[in-house]
Amino acid sequence: MDRDENERRIVAGIVENHGRDAHRLLSMLREVQRELRHVSPTAQQTVAETLGVCVTRVRAVVEFYSFLSAAPLGKFDIRISDSITDHMLGSRDIAAYLCDALAIRPGDIRPDGRVSMAFTSCTGLCEQGPAGLVNGYAIPRLTRERVDRIVELVNHDTPLSDWPEALFAVEDNVRLKDRLLANPVKPGASLERVLAQGRETIFEEIETSQLRGRGGAGFNTAWKWRFCYEGPEEVAVCPPGQPAAQAERYVVCNADEGEPGTFKDRVLLQSHADQVFEGMTVCAYLVGARQGFLYLRGEYLYLHQRLEGVLAERRRQGLLGEGILGRKGFDFDIEIRLGAGAYICGEESALIESLEGKRGVPRNRPPYPVTHGYLGKPTVVNNVETFFAAAAITLHGGEWFASVGTEKSKGTKLLSICGDCSRPGIYEYPFGVTISRILDDCGADDTLGVQIGGPSGMFISDKEFGRKLAFEDLATGGSFIVFDRTRDVLEIARNFTHFFAHESCGFCTPCRVGTALLKNLLDKIGDGHGAAGDLAELSRLGRFVRSTSHCGLGQTAANPILSTLERYPELYQKRLKTIDFEPGFDLDGALAIARRLSGRDDENAHLTQT
Amino acid sequence: MTKPFLQIDGKPIPYTAGQTIMEAATAAGIYIPHLCHNPEFEPHGSCKLCTVKVNGRNCSACTFPAADGQDVLNDTAELNELRRTVTQLLFVEGNHLCPSCEKSGNCQLQAAAYFLGMVDAHFPFFYPARELDGSHPDILLDRDRCIFCELCVRASRDVDGKNVFAIGGRGIDSRLIVNSPSGKLADTPIAATDKAARVCPVGAILVKRRGFEVPIGERLYDRHTLAEESLEREEPIVESRHD
Ligand SMILES: Cc1cc2nc3c(=O)[nH]c(=O)nc-3n(C[C@H](O)[C@H](O)[C@H](O)COP(=O)(O)O)c2cc1C
Ligand code: SF4
Ligand code: SF4
Ligand code: FES
Repeated sequence: MDRDENERRIVAGIVENHGRDAHRLLSMLREVQRELRHVSPTAQQTVAETLGVCVTRVRAVVEFYSFLSAAPLGKFDIRISDSITDHMLGSRDIAAYLCDALAIRPGDIRPDGRVSMAFTSCTGLCEQGPAGLVNGYAIPRLTRERVDRIVELVNHDTPLSDWPEALFAVEDNVRLKDRLLANPVKPGASLERVLAQGRETIFEEIETSQLRGRGGAGFNTAWKWRFCYEGPEEVAVCPPGQPAAQAERYVVCNADEGEPGTFKDRVLLQSHADQVFEGMTVCAYLVGARQGFLYLRGEYLYLHQRLEGVLAERRRQGLLGEGILGRKGFDFDIEIRLGAGAYICGEESALIESLEGKRGVPRNRPPYPVTHGYLGKPTVVNNVETFFAAAAITLHGGEWFASVGTEKSKGTKLLSICGDCSRPGIYEYPFGVTISRILDDCGADDTLGVQIGGPSGMFISDKEFGRKLAFEDLATGGSFIVFDRTRDVLEIARNFTHFFAHESCGFCTPCRVGTALLKNLLDKIGDGHGAAGDLAELSRLGRFVRSTSHCGLGQTAANPILSTLERYPELYQKRLKTIDFEPGFDLDGALAIARRLSGRDDENAHLTQT
Repeated sequence: MTKPFLQIDGKPIPYTAGQTIMEAATAAGIYIPHLCHNPEFEPHGSCKLCTVKVNGRNCSACTFPAADGQDVLNDTAELNELRRTVTQLLFVEGNHLCPSCEKSGNCQLQAAAYFLGMVDAHFPFFYPARELDGSHPDILLDRDRCIFCELCVRASRDVDGKNVFAIGGRGIDSRLIVNSPSGKLADTPIAATDKAARVCPVGAILVKRRGFEVPIGERLYDRHTLAEESLEREEPIVESRHD
């Protein structure tokens, strides 16, 4: 049998195993990639033919997701996280060391086909970086010793399954527990309460808790579930003479966690998956869903088997499946679907497209997923932490939760703290906590500023540490990155801007072209070729991308630039080389304050105007 | 039955339930600049040229549903400036050599630039290297000029029933891909008479051997502004769809 024929048989087999269901296309392609190290044009053709879809549908998906590749990758495919926190922990040095030892260049595959190496967006191991992935499996805390070990294993062609487990050990690093982490829910306890109290009572408890979505935007969870339960109007207009059909409903847990600096969902899934699934099941009961999905980012592949185990155990205990806890008609199950390296798939409508086996391009809204979601049916999409909290609220009551926090932000919030601090990890705080309190707790000193809510959030300077974490002031999905005074604000903005340009889905003009232009412009300034006009341009273009982009990615992509430009104009000006027009202000004079503050007055602290 | 109203630039405009702001405007003879929108197809919402302000927020007129009491701003200096920027971005993203392009004078991107008073590209050019496909006997695909409006995708799928095109890649590396094992147009069932071969608003998909049939200077947008041409063509389509 020739190689092509063999490949076709393997690929067709994978498609068959997925029941030739085109919605599972991404899962199939992940398997093809794993088996054959790439999804070749032949494989794409075979998938398309077996599924009965166009080859463009398959090709477009392969080209969209970072972890799929049309060209062969190494037998061992190594990716090093390019997140800012990994940079700060020396990832670039480690990567250079690794490349040296393997005799390979980033982006290449070694001529013997054994190994390939590339950089990747944040892997979510921010507090135990520099981190990497080998064939998708996470390896934290890369040191030279650990890299030597990896190189040895690669060169000995040791199968990944025989690599020492210690290489893959990921820690939780929970540092501070409040009411959620300190009061874990026993499997089934919340569901028993739901069945005892009934739908309306539990709806009321969730309403009383005033729980808002923990994914960042903070939409009221009870309302979302209520809208989904009530459903779109067309459900009411059944064909005459036919019984009122109940539209299918879906519950989706958003475990994409792509925001650099966020890793709380990883910890919840690693150590509290039961409670997250319990929350999803409560939601399913309230809205009337029979099918749920956990959309797990590809970077958390290492959790996959473990999570399947938790699901299997819950099925065994009667907490999932048909007739949950013996209640007739309470049927619900959860399927895990893996992503494949695309930050945009955290955006809920892009996530749904991805679940349907497509490229992760955000849909036009309205209509919203809550009425027209997965397969066009009413769908609840919530963050991992939201379901985790909802299970606890179901058990302990809405009051229990709402009694802490602030007026508009009730309860507690999990933060993923990393960067320049001595105790990075997970902290649970009631909303309203000040930035300075958090900095004290995590052991940060000489802090220059904090990035709150990840790159899409805000850079807060040391003059703003009295501000509060709450939807009223600083909203956050949980990313909290500390920078001390040795860090360069421009380089931070540059890392984030590269991230957004890389992750833009490319659907709309402002983001597709605008983020690429912002990246080039910032590189120009960072490399010392900027002129005064470039700063004005940076801010104008940034505001344009923010106000015209299709989805949240483009709408926030300029935040790192705009929020640092506003706080540190002098740092940007310091980088400028030439002034190609007569500015309306005295550039050198404007630097006087910076010179006084930094106590330096040497030649480099002055700018000459041409 | 009286229709509900929204306001565009202070003027009351009637609409029917289910219409978008774009459709309501077109039916009322008001032009909102657009490129990826064509009333013959499902709205797409990608180019963002049709950005309007609805009750203070930027929205795409081609996809946003019309609703009672909306206060829509369309023809304002701020919005036209923003649309000019969108047009500039599209120009620098590809390789648009208008003077030597057969589509010159019939091109909506070029006409939008004129309509919006764009006098330069403003941004540095990307000069992408994109593959040109001349394999088909009757149709030329020059990816350099593609603006990712997906009109050809929609036309081929929804009108021709052939699914010849799709968008591949991601972000700035997006590209138009062709549905055949070789990826070449020659190996698809597309014909020069197909809607997909004639719908491209720019010069990315051209029917061969038709070049310069109408001399430059006498072409569509040499004689009409984009606004006039759009309304004349699209008003009847919108009317027939929603009444
Ligand atoms: C570009 C982008 C990325 C996002 N990534 C995530 C994510 O990784 N996890 C998440 O829960 N929400 C993410 N969101 C927010 C989701 O769209 C959605 O609002 C959220 O999942 C709703 O859940 P919640 O109400 O529980 O917060 C993202 C939004 C955008 C625009
Ligand atoms: S804003 Fe960016 S990510 Fe969102 S749709 Fe537009 S191109 Fe895609
Ligand atoms: S080829 Fe033309 S019609 Fe097709 S997406 Fe590109 S610009 Fe639009
Ligand atoms: S015309 Fe509305 S986004 Fe293109």
